[in-house]
Parts: sequence; structure tokens; C-alpha cells
Amino acid sequence: MIDLMSVVDWSRAQFALTAMFHWFFVPLTLGLGIIVAVMETIYVRKRSEKWLAATKFWMRLFGINFACGVATGIILEFEFGTNWSNYSWFVGDIFGAPLAIEGILAFFMEATFIAVMFFGWNKVSRRFHLTATWLTTIGATISALWILIANAWMQYPVGMKFNPDEMRNVMDNFWSVALSPMALNKFFHAVMSGWALSGVVVMGICCWFLLKKRNVELATMSMKVGAWVGIIGLGLTMLTGDGSAVTVAKHQPMKLAAMEGLYDGSTEQEIVGFGILNPAKTIDNAEDPMLFDISIPYGLSVLARHDYQAFVPGINDIIAGRDIDPETGDTVNTVGYAERIERGRAAQEALRQYNAAKEAGDTAAMAAQQAALEKDYPFFGYGYFDSVEEAVPNVPMTFYAFHIMVLAGGFILLVLLVALFALYKKPKWTGKRLFQYIGILSIPIIYVCSQCGWIVAEVGRQPWTIQDILPAKAAISDMTAASVQTTFFIFLFLFCGILIAELCIMFKQIRLRSNTELSDEINSQENDK
Amino acid sequence: MNNDNKKPNIFVRVWRFYIDGFRSMTVGKTLWAIILVKLFVLFFILKLFFFPNILSRDYDNDADRAKAVAANLLNK
Repeated sequence: MIDLMSVVDWSRAQFALTAMFHWFFVPLTLGLGIIVAVMETIYVRKRSEKWLAATKFWMRLFGINFACGVATGIILEFEFGTNWSNYSWFVGDIFGAPLAIEGILAFFMEATFIAVMFFGWNKVSRRFHLTATWLTTIGATISALWILIANAWMQYPVGMKFNPDEMRNVMDNFWSVALSPMALNKFFHAVMSGWALSGVVVMGICCWFLLKKRNVELATMSMKVGAWVGIIGLGLTMLTGDGSAVTVAKHQPMKLAAMEGLYDGSTEQEIVGFGILNPAKTIDNAEDPMLFDISIPYGLSVLARHDYQAFVPGINDIIAGRDIDPETGDTVNTVGYAERIERGRAAQEALRQYNAAKEAGDTAAMAAQQAALEKDYPFFGYGYFDSVEEAVPNVPMTFYAFHIMVLAGGFILLVLLVALFALYKKPKWTGKRLFQYIGILSIPIIYVCSQCGWIVAEVGRQPWTIQDILPAKAAISDMTAASVQTTFFIFLFLFCGILIAELCIMFKQIRLRSNTELSDEINSQENDK
Repeated sequence: MNNDNKKPNIFVRVWRFYIDGFRSMTVGKTLWAIILVKLFVLFFILKLFFFPNILSRDYDNDADRAKAVAANLLNK
């Protein structure tokens, strides 16, 4: 048991490390691609050499990030097959389709047109080159779509039927999977967050140029595009964040409760704006969940249900299967966790009996057991738990990641609004050191915000690999913790190396360009790829 | 018709496009070195020695893999 949990925890840690590393590069690819495409569009429309110089500068940084990020996602697929082989088999029919489409369509689109982006200056027409730039960005976005559809299915498994003969879930409705509300919200939320991140990165680098009093014209031009893309991205991220909260409230209420550190829900439920959790609080004691909090009245009811009077269940309510009818205000019973565990065990026993009946060639018994399995299959995963506590995610990690994400996002919103105001109405502000330092410091803040979003999504999903159907302890391969520890540290070493390489190359390019003025930039870029 | 004026076919032009592009790279050369090292480490070291697909390695067909997964999932 101890070794199983150690394998699970090390495998989780390894997947988290590789996923977070991958997500370091992806949002900048998604957003910087848009920024470069916008700049090149302005260049083509205005035939401005200054906009050409700006486009080529940011395209170089895009290329560096793209190259360093290439294949970092492949590692995650390796881990499916090695560390998570039960999961990989169990969901292969569902996961395989989106990942295959991603590889065939999106990757080849990116790979083809990125060559034109970098090799095609002066070799193809302006319009063809501009088209290639847009198609590279669209290709990257389509890649993100299919991966996020796959991830959304883990959070809200739909469009499938379990086949006991194959021991796996089989897709029976592709469009339910592709267009699930979880998938659509997740896609727009993740991609728009990439736009926000990239806008802030561009703004921060421009602030550095302003601080050094170099390439002021390029910095000002670029900051306008970066700030607009950033504010549009952040606004849509917040809008889809609201949509995500509604879908999470419907389909993953335990995650929402963990995000808020909410143990006992109520109608007109407030939301924690800032809080410190009580580390002594557990599901079976009466401690106050918060040591300190500043809460907004009705906030969580509005966020989760768009109704300030709505009941939002806490962790204990969900475990007890307690809900409140919005029409009558009466307490109603849904399926509590103790019952889910029983029904999950019944489903697993039905599957065992089905397999035994199949061995014996008893088709009547097979049909009966299959019917019993289908009845309780929605709770299959609960059958692996020995106690209801196992079904509760890590509340502190989910809570703090969520609140750091929201607070950081709010800070960045303020920074972008001030930046746009300064750029159009108070240009002298951009010359102030305070403005420049805040712009630069916003870069690590937006990265923290971005990573916290994924921590909320994936830690809040625990203990599930597939919500309600397969927990991590069942999904894991039959292997030792030592092998996972070895590869964990190999990845850590490898990723640190790649990250340092990217940062060094990027900083060098930024420093190089800070030593040239825009006119020199135009003259020097003819053969510089 | 003068054959010297004939444009090379599309495949030759695409090939030359890529060759010329790779030859004139500056920062790109370093990036490609990083990509190639990374791909080598991922596919020829990590994948080969540390990340076998366990079900493909240990079982010959889907029926056996299904049985293995069933045993794993139902005996936990």
C-alpha cells in the first residue's frame, strides 16, 4: 500500500513536472503568434519598414520559444504508456482520436508554414508570407484545441460507452466529446490566457527597452500591440473563467468546493477574495476552515450558478449527498459518497462476474451482469476507495492556486489598463521607472498566474484521472517507485537545461536588439534568420 | 523554346527553398541543435530505456492486454 501510494505520488509529480514545463512554452507560442501576425498585417497594409523590423524582432523570439518548446508534449504521451498504462488502455479509444487529429492536422500545418515564416522573407510575396504567419498561429491554436478536448473529457467524461470485453471506454459520440461545454470553455480559457501572457511578456520586454532608453520607437509600437492583445486575451480569459466555474459547479462540484476551501455550503454563498486556510480543518472536525478571510457576499453563488440565492455545496454536503432545490428551498438528497463507494464496488463486482460468466460461456449471466455494470458504471471509480476522504482533492493546493491565479490576474488587468491609458493619453508615464519596473515584474507574475490555472484544474480533479470512473491509484501501471524517481530527476535536469538555454538565447537576442535603433534593425535584418 | 528559361518543377523549388533557408540560418542553427539534441534524448534514450509502452511490450495482442488491464483494475 505504501509503495502503491509512493508510485502514484511520484508518477503524479512527474506528470505535473512535465506538464508544467510544457505549459511554460505553449501560451507564449499561442499568443506571440497572434501578436506577430497582427504586426505583420500592419506592415503589409502600411508597407512600413518600421513595422517590418518590429515583426521580425518578435518573430525571432517566437521562433526561439517554439523551438525550445517543440516535443516537450511528447514526453506526456510517453508517460501515458509507461506510468499510466491502465489509464492509457482504459481511455485509449477516446484519447487516441483527438491526439491523432492534433498530430496529423495541426502539427503538419505548423511545421509547413513556420518554414515559410522564417525562410520566406524576400522569397515569397508579402501576402503569401502573411498568410503563412497566420496559418502557423492557427495551426498552433488547433493543436491546443484537440489536447484540451482530451483533457476536458478527463474532467467530464461523455460520449462513450464502456465495453467490458475490451475493458475500455469506446467513443460512441465524437461530437459530444468535441463540443462538450467543458471542452469549449477550457479551450477558449486556455488559449485566451496565452494571449494575455504573451501581451504581458511583450509589454515587459518593451519596458526593459524603455528602461535602457534603447529602441524607444520599437518598444512603444510593440507595447501597443502587446497591450491590446493582452487586454483582449485577459478579458476573454475572465469571461470564460466564469463559464468554466459554471461547468465545474455542475460537473465537478468537489473541485469548486476545494477551490474555495468550502466545507459546509449554503444559499447566498460568499466567495473568498483573500484567505488563509486553517491547517487543522478536516472534513470530520468542526474547526473553522479559515484562519482569516476577506469574503465577498453572494459571490460564489453568483459565480457558480449565476443566481445570488443559489445553494453551493461544500465538501461535506457533497460527501453527504446534500443539495437544496432552487425552486422550493428544500433539502434534497443526491447520491452521497458512501453510496457511491458501494455502487462502485457493485459495478466492479458485476464486471468480475461478467468475466467469469464469459469464461464459462454463460451468455444469460453475461447479459445480467452487463446490465448491473451499466447501472452503476457512473460510480465505477468510487469502488476503489476505502473511505470518503480519499475522494477529496488537496484543498490547500487547490485553494491557494485558485486564489493566486485570480489575484495575479486582477493585478495584470490593472497593469494592462494603466499601460493602454499611458500609451494613448499619458505617454510620459512610459518613461517613468516605476511603470517600467512594474511592466518587467509582470512577466513572472503572469507565468505564475498561468501555471496556477493548470494546478487548479488538475489538482482539483484529484483523485481522478477520469472523473468518477478511474482514480489515479487504479490508473497507475504495475511498477516500482524507484523507476519513476529516476526519470523524474532526469526530466528535472533535462528541463532545467532546456529552459536555461531558451532564456539565454532570448535574453541575448533582446540585448542584441537593444543595442540597435530601429533604423539599424531594418538594415541588419536582410539575411539574419 | 529555350530550355534554360524553364522553371524547375515545384518539388525542386521547395527543396531549394528549404536548403537555402537552412544554409542562411544564424540563431536558427543553435535552435536546431537544441531541437535535435532534445529529440535524440527523448526518442533514443528516454523512450528506449525508460519509457517502454508496458502493454505493448509485455503482451502480444489486444485480448491479452485487455485481460491484463482487467486483472489490474479488478484486483486492486
